[in-house]
Amino acid sequence: MRVLAAMSGGVDSAVAAARARDAGHDVVGVHLALSAKPATMREGARGCCSVEDSHDARRCADVLGLPFYVWDMAARFSADVVEPFVAEYAAGRTPNPCLRCNEKIKFSAVLDRALALGFDAVVTGHYARLTDGVLRRAADAGKDQSYVLGVLTAEQLAHAVFPLGDSHKSEVRAEAARRGLVVAEKPDSHDICFIPSGDTRGFLDERLEQAPGELVDAASGAVLGRHTGVAGFTVGQRHGLGLDRPAPDGRPRYVLGIEPVSRQVRVGPAEELDVRSVAAGRPVWHAPWGTVDDVVVQVRAHGGLAPARVTVSEGSLTAELHEPLRGVAPGQAVVVYDDDRVLGSATITATA
Amino acid sequence: MTYLDHAATTPMLPVAVARYTEALGRVGNPSSLHTAGRRARKEVEEARETIAEAVGALPTEVVLATGGTEADNLALKGVFWARRAADPRRTGVVVSAVEHHAVLDAAEWLAEHEGATMHVLAVDAAGRVDPEELRALLAAHAGEIAVVSVMWANNEVGTVNDIRALADVAHSFDVPLHTDAVQAVGSLPVDFAASGADALSLTGHKLGGPVGVGALLLRRDASCVPLLHGGGQERDVRSGTLDVAGTVALAAAVRAAVDDAPRRTVELAALRDDLVARLVGEVPDATLNGVPLDAAPVGGGPARLPGNAHLSFPGCEGDSLLMLLDAHEIECSTGSACTAGVARPSHVLLAMGVDEAAARGSLRFSLGHSSTAADVDAAVAAIGPVVERARGALARS
Ligand SMILES: Cc1ncc(COP(=O)(O)O)c(C=O)c1O
Repeated sequence: MRVLAAMSGGVDSAVAAARARDAGHDVVGVHLALSAKPATMREGARGCCSVEDSHDARRCADVLGLPFYVWDMAARFSADVVEPFVAEYAAGRTPNPCLRCNEKIKFSAVLDRALALGFDAVVTGHYARLTDGVLRRAADAGKDQSYVLGVLTAEQLAHAVFPLGDSHKSEVRAEAARRGLVVAEKPDSHDICFIPSGDTRGFLDERLEQAPGELVDAASGAVLGRHTGVAGFTVGQRHGLGLDRPAPDGRPRYVLGIEPVSRQVRVGPAEELDVRSVAAGRPVWHAPWGTVDDVVVQVRAHGGLAPARVTVSEGSLTAELHEPLRGVAPGQAVVVYDDDRVLGSATITATA
Repeated sequence: MTYLDHAATTPMLPVAVARYTEALGRVGNPSSLHTAGRRARKEVEEARETIAEAVGALPTEVVLATGGTEADNLALKGVFWARRAADPRRTGVVVSAVEHHAVLDAAEWLAEHEGATMHVLAVDAAGRVDPEELRALLAAHAGEIAVVSVMWANNEVGTVNDIRALADVAHSFDVPLHTDAVQAVGSLPVDFAASGADALSLTGHKLGGPVGVGALLLRRDASCVPLLHGGGQERDVRSGTLDVAGTVALAAAVRAAVDDAPRRTVELAALRDDLVARLVGEVPDATLNGVPLDAAPVGGGPARLPGNAHLSFPGCEGDSLLMLLDAHEIECSTGSACTAGVARPSHVLLAMGVDEAAARGSLRFSLGHSSTAADVDAAVAAIGPVVERARGALARS
């Protein structure tokens, strides 16, 4: 096959490209420039969008003997990932931009362009297994990224290659070193690539007209404090509420709900976070529609697993959880697993 | 491989390689007083005389430097500082909108860090500066301008400016003129004295010499504050141990390129005209950017760099075209500035009034001394299917 390897400048995508080449594919490396004004150097371990990362990707392609180009995806990324990210927070929801990037950029804008240019597939360094169109969890449970790929349709998966699904991260690093890739020891990028400072709240404040509002006790309605704007709060959040008075019972309080119109943030004790039912929209489903029982749902990128009974129909998905889950935030994806197999996903709209 | 990117860098001429490698074997710092030093000095001075003679300058006017970028920075900043020191009211810097980043960014830096006011001269649809625009600008800011910089020939679209006319206008306001002639020397008749310019940048690797050697031609009476301080080797305007081998090779290349220019210009223009005609034959809606191929001469020479073919291919991304042509072993350029290898729509095309989509869908093919009819054939053979594919890619995204 002719495959296009999306190379971020990190170790995973470099090894993925190398393995695709070793598997006999005709590989071309592409670095996606996602920022119109990239920083010159990477800040700490965060992000993947600096000029330095682009250079790292190029060096890896050189070492592997792959043609290499940089594709300017900044406008698409801004319109399809960053702007919706801000809008979702403004609406009191908690978006997952990595998932959106996979859905709208890597396996949409980039894949479409690659197909039109004569490629057969896009290769990435995601940790997930993909065989015969079936997406499964990665062998390395700690690195598994099937959650952020759960949004991909069958058509998108048909043109995706994930060469790292059977490997552990430590093996990938060792292989990178063996192959002479300079990025072998490069720290993992985490957090959100377009917020290299890690300060999501500050990022949102710069882009939104935030207005102050009240923090209220969910049970009594008593006003406990004030906040400077709803965007940035997440259901299940405990820190950074700015409450100086402790709860009467001395136990920590969590965000239970966010109301963007009245600008009220409702807080309460941990057990109030318990969710037994999840409603979600825009499902992508790889099994027959209807009800499946004894499946597992995952409601955020790390953790948040519960056995459930799931019903899917056109446009909506509901999950009745057999065990309660805490911190289920609207805007996040619910991904449904049958053992390690991804059955599908949807975007959480409401919980009960 | 079909190399059609001579404007980015062109292969060294055999004579320059020979002089270069020969000289690399000899020791000697031209500033040393012993025999080896004197021999090195002699080689450098002979090279300087050769360069001066080939481009109509005096040997003392040749300030050796590391290339176009350094020469441009030295001219902009050095002349600005000197003029402002002589007359504190002169804080304006005038540059054309289509300058190379070595000029544009130097001017921007002066504006950001040295309190300069940057004035950008508009260009016409072909990318040329009208001397009357310069006159109007200088009249509106009489007594305020420290330096004007307008390139001799544009690196992207190949448009040639009438430097003599521009220098006359600048001088009528008592303002010195610098010209970036990096793309012109060796391709067009360049005579420093006759041009009237006060400073002129040239670089080795665009004319068959090595990378990392070039010169700022600086009139004897032009004052210029150094960027680099040290031994004061070059007229106290530039310091650093002289690169004997590089200078010798540069001189050999300048001499050969200039001597060969009359013949090569005609040959290259014929190849280029054939390339443009046949590319447009394959892709009928492709358009040539810059001046028409049959435009009237400018300053006694061609109105367009003879090796330059710059075209827009509607409905395509230049990136896609470049990548697909690369896969066909045809090497050309989108001609635009790169940040981390990201192709942005060219500031040159935008300044010429080309819309952003067309600017993004452009390619520069640049021919040079090693180009052949077979190169033209290869590009023409590849372009049709490549454009079709690139159109499909843009239509889908
Ligand atoms: C018009 C122009 N000016 C300046 C430069 C920079 O010259 P150099 O590469 O020698 O620094 C170039 C080449 O990239 C050029 O085309």
